[in-house]
Amino acid sequence: MYAPYFALFRIRFTHSLQYRAAALAGLFTQFAWGFMYILAFAAFYRESPDAFPMSFEQTVAYIWMQQAFLTLFALWFWDKSISGVIESGDIAYELVRPMDLYGRWATTIASSRIARCVMRAAPIFAVAFFLPAPFRLTISMNLQTAAIFALSVALSLGVAVAFSMLVYITVIHTLNGAGVRLIAAVASDFLTGGIIPIPFFPAALRTVVEFSPFAAMQNTPLLIFNGYLTDAALARAVGLQVFWLAALVVIGRVLMARSLQRIVVQGG
Amino acid sequence: MKLYAKYFSMHLKSQMQYKVSFFFTTFGQFLMAFSTLLSITFLLDRFGGVGGFSREEIMLSFAIILLAYSVGEIFGRGFDRFPILIGNGGFDRILVRPRSVIFQVLASQINFSRVGVAVQAVLIFAYVIPGIDLTPTNIFVIVLMVTCGSLLFFSFFVLYAAVTFFTLEGLEFMHLLTSGAREHGRLPYSVYGEGVLKFLTFVVPLALVQYYPLLYLTGREENFFFAITPVFSLLFLIPCHAFFRFGQKRYKSTGS
Repeated sequence: MYAPYFALFRIRFTHSLQYRAAALAGLFTQFAWGFMYILAFAAFYRESPDAFPMSFEQTVAYIWMQQAFLTLFALWFWDKSISGVIESGDIAYELVRPMDLYGRWATTIASSRIARCVMRAAPIFAVAFFLPAPFRLTISMNLQTAAIFALSVALSLGVAVAFSMLVYITVIHTLNGAGVRLIAAVASDFLTGGIIPIPFFPAALRTVVEFSPFAAMQNTPLLIFNGYLTDAALARAVGLQVFWLAALVVIGRVLMARSLQRIVVQGG
Repeated sequence: MKLYAKYFSMHLKSQMQYKVSFFFTTFGQFLMAFSTLLSITFLLDRFGGVGGFSREEIMLSFAIILLAYSVGEIFGRGFDRFPILIGNGGFDRILVRPRSVIFQVLASQINFSRVGVAVQAVLIFAYVIPGIDLTPTNIFVIVLMVTCGSLLFFSFFVLYAAVTFFTLEGLEFMHLLTSGAREHGRLPYSVYGEGVLKFLTFVVPLALVQYYPLLYLTGREENFFFAITPVFSLLFLIPCHAFFRFGQKRYKSTGS
């Protein structure tokens, strides 16, 4: 029953691995970008270390891990093959395939994310582990935390994919892909802690965001990795990830079924 | 100039045909700049200031970079979309027309949705302006920073297009110069340390339109030389233009 999904995964995975030059150029960008973030935080740290919600090493670890996993979690990587299918009207072909459309698209999104991350993560680790002291990526996890971290990464990917599915489903209705995607990407990039980590948010906003699906994306595994989330807070964060993954998948499936019932195929 | 005005109104009319789409994209652009503004506000609420600069001074340097970036992108869009022009053979058509190549690429696209970013920059200006001593000299310095900054951002897009002659597709790391400069320009560039500041002074002269004139504006430097540093950043246009011309000479059509 899962065979078609594995086949699809393999196709998308090898397809994404083709773009090695783009990955290399992207890698350089991410590295410079991460370094600028760290330098800015270093300046704020010198200003007043006491106002930091986490240690400087933890902040550095958060930023490097974020760059390493960028293509896995960031919501501004949209799959052109899906938005193209919706906007060109080829969605009609998708509907006659004997495969569940939700599962098919979700597999497509997840596979290209994983492929791109495989190419980009290792080189970032290779450099970040060997930088001079304050800028070095450090690991403070024990084996048990590492296992929870791995689980949380998988859940995070699931929530990110389920969330982007909601955006694609919206596009089926509005046919205004670019605008909706831009707004969704920008708002979620901020709320998931893509620009500054969620612990740096003001208290009130932080409490709200921590319960939202946005905190269930990159935020949770990154904060597990750097040792910020422990014990009860950790259990709660992972629990919320499971909850949001289930909720977003159910909402996505219902919305998709409804919108496919009265779909208008564009183009000819 | 008259021809450009004609292109300008043509692009404006065509983008206004899709009002909803235009509104969404413009709003998205506004949000993008707004999320950077929020991040800096949150950090300043927590830390007060950074690198010896106060909240208002930091906001001012962000507003200048933001406005310069948006103006540069509104007009530099044709160069930003250059990989498409090369890819679909559109550039071949440009070459056979009896007008300057640079002019035609410039006029091929105008991106009005970046007005969303410009509006935000103006709003931040409105917030910080009351704190600035608005002497004629200071107004002149601010205008100079924004004008030269816009030209500098514009030259980044020309450079990006010039690289496309050789790579045929856009290179992601060129975005470091454009989006990167906007995102990290939320703080005075000196905050990033000596090395970065030197790089942004002598290699990619972004600090010349932001950090040095800011020192003059805030009374940290009396020397008027600091006020006119943006003019020197324009030297960056020369190699960008030369590189574009060089690429154009080496251009081989991709066919269409």
